[in-house]
Amino acid sequence: MNALSSKTETLKTETQNHVSPNTDSRLARRFAALRVEDRAALVTYVMAGDPDPATSRDLLARLPAAGADVIELGMPFSDPMADGVAIQRAGQRALAKGQTLARTLEMVRDFRRRDDDTPVVLMGYLNPLQRCGEDRFLQAAAEAGVDGLILVDLPPEHGAALTAKARDLGLARIPLVAPTTPPGRLPALLAQGDGFVYRIAFNGVTGSRRSDIAASLGESLIELKRQSPLPVAVGFGVRDGDTAATVARIADAVVVGSALVERLAETGVEGALTLTRKLAESIQGARRG
Amino acid sequence: MNSTLKTLPDENGFFVPAVPGGHPSGRRCRDVKNFSRKFFGGSPGDGHGTQLNQGYGGRYVAETLMPLIGEIEAAYDAARVDPAFQERLNELRRDYVGRATPLYFAERLTEHFGGAQIYLKREDLNHTGAHKINNALGQALLAQRMGRQRLIAETGAGMHGVAVATVAARLGLGCVVYMGATDIERQQPNVQRMRLLGAEIVPVHSGTATLKDAMNEALRDWVTNVDDTFYIIGTVAGPAPYPRMVRDFQAVIGIETRAQLLTARGRLPDTLIACVGGGSNAMGLFHAFLDDAVVMVGVEAAGEGLESGRHAASLNGGSPGILHGNRTYLLQDDDGQIRDAHSISAGLDYPGIGPEHAHLHDSGRASYVAVTDDEALEAVGLCCRLEGILPALESSHALHHAGRLAARQEADQTIVVCLSGRGDKDMDTITRHLMPEEVES
Repeated sequence: MNALSSKTETLKTETQNHVSPNTDSRLARRFAALRVEDRAALVTYVMAGDPDPATSRDLLARLPAAGADVIELGMPFSDPMADGVAIQRAGQRALAKGQTLARTLEMVRDFRRRDDDTPVVLMGYLNPLQRCGEDRFLQAAAEAGVDGLILVDLPPEHGAALTAKARDLGLARIPLVAPTTPPGRLPALLAQGDGFVYRIAFNGVTGSRRSDIAASLGESLIELKRQSPLPVAVGFGVRDGDTAATVARIADAVVVGSALVERLAETGVEGALTLTRKLAESIQGARRG
Repeated sequence: MNSTLKTLPDENGFFVPAVPGGHPSGRRCRDVKNFSRKFFGGSPGDGHGTQLNQGYGGRYVAETLMPLIGEIEAAYDAARVDPAFQERLNELRRDYVGRATPLYFAERLTEHFGGAQIYLKREDLNHTGAHKINNALGQALLAQRMGRQRLIAETGAGMHGVAVATVAARLGLGCVVYMGATDIERQQPNVQRMRLLGAEIVPVHSGTATLKDAMNEALRDWVTNVDDTFYIIGTVAGPAPYPRMVRDFQAVIGIETRAQLLTARGRLPDTLIACVGGGSNAMGLFHAFLDDAVVMVGVEAAGEGLESGRHAASLNGGSPGILHGNRTYLLQDDDGQIRDAHSISAGLDYPGIGPEHAHLHDSGRASYVAVTDDEALEAVGLCCRLEGILPALESSHALHHAGRLAARQEADQTIVVCLSGRGDKDMDTITRHLMPEEVES
């Protein structure tokens, strides 16, 4: 039985790892600047290596000028169980062109040579990280200039060790909060979180086509704000300027992923950048008038 | 042997059979003492579901599902010790599923190999033709108890899908089955059966369009329809508590086997053999014997041979990683991407394995071997001709290993093989390989 208890992880021990969030990070600086402007952040998700390494690198480099305040960079995985069709296909395209975790980090390193201000957050699944070795991966990510991690299949029950190591390296662990998350679960999630909180708008996979986004959030943003000083981003289902503006009025950041990934597949880099500009404009105007 | 065995949970909530004849003394092995208690912790209801055990298992899922899976664990731990739930389960097992299934002495197979005595645990004689209904029935009753009106399931060979569609019909619940497009093609009869039973079949084209992709798609459905849906996972894998819950519902296989052999021969078997994809029939057979001096062998699908790289042997040819909510052995490449599994049998065509098997493998309590497509086909032919039993391609992997082991052993040794399902569903594949002339004409 000793073997068992020595290997167990419990929520209780993990919530004790809470340290104060890093205030001198690219993420903190970006959100502080936006607060002064009274504007929500546009968080754009693109899949690393989609549709091929060169195009993906080009898009990444030009996103900030088109209005992206924070970049989420997807790490492709063969079995993305929480993603809808658009992001699944993007991952398959990237993998087919030889994208690997090492190449994704190389992309960030390359991006950082020209842009030292725009926060880059990696989003993906745990297995490729574990295969690489968590320590090795975190070290390499920090060195490449990554600012944070969103790990879809790492709940706080399993996340303490990784969170502690990430924090030591200045990497934010951005927690996902779902519509199903009961208020009682928030402390555990927030204790391991920094950077910002990612509030999933709907029960479902990425790219859901729903229109009642503001109604779906209801009082939950107020509860989140009450429990945490972190900025709150809302994503899953933001597809156009109008929805983006609606979200920008009530949240600190708007995440757009599937719509952008689809636009890239249909019309290439220029099309994706046009959509980014439109979304940025809508968000800019959202809190005026 | 003709009545359902009494299976009530013991003080730890484990199902323990009322064994006719009692435990023969001296057969308990010190090395394996209390092995059964070690994997999933000691007692139910203590929220141990998210703990890793010996490095395996856990609950690695999206946040949307975390609260729901916690509810399932609590509901299951309440149900398993509720006599009314157990009574209903046992009644349906007896009158609807047709349990207990026979433990059959395969006289001519035994003669053929000229060594150990071979017994077949006839799970193929269950209603719907495989062991899958043991679990589908248990989980569907739990879903009903939780007030869920809609069942979803993934299926590979289609046997789990058929089992879920069947119990959904019986209990008056809705049913959606996710099935890889590749599997739909090679398992047509089961697809038609499921539709006839009122289930909606959703073809999955993503990834490799087989079992793992069907599971991804079922998880996507679940995350979208959290409120009214219960996901019936078909094997001893997935986020906790599924591996434990499925094992418990399948444990009736070993519980019966134990009692039946004690009645027939006054002793426990020397060796248990079962095929392993995700590993539910194997876990079901093994569980009641974990604390006994009984050798356990899981048989993985070697496909075209382990050296070919085209196989489904997660333990013999994989490494630990995280997929579908649990940490276990997986087929994966150097970058942690999941590799395609290959097996002639759709039911074994999965790149992972249940976490408890990963533990039994690492600890050496069970051993895991691999059998190729060709060897499994050979066993189909032999079992048909010598015993008049058409085994499923999955089960034939276990049969093949039983043959090669029996031939090396003496007649005082006893082997029990889990004949997990019948082969009617595989007739197309079997005909193409064993009787190609029939296909030409």
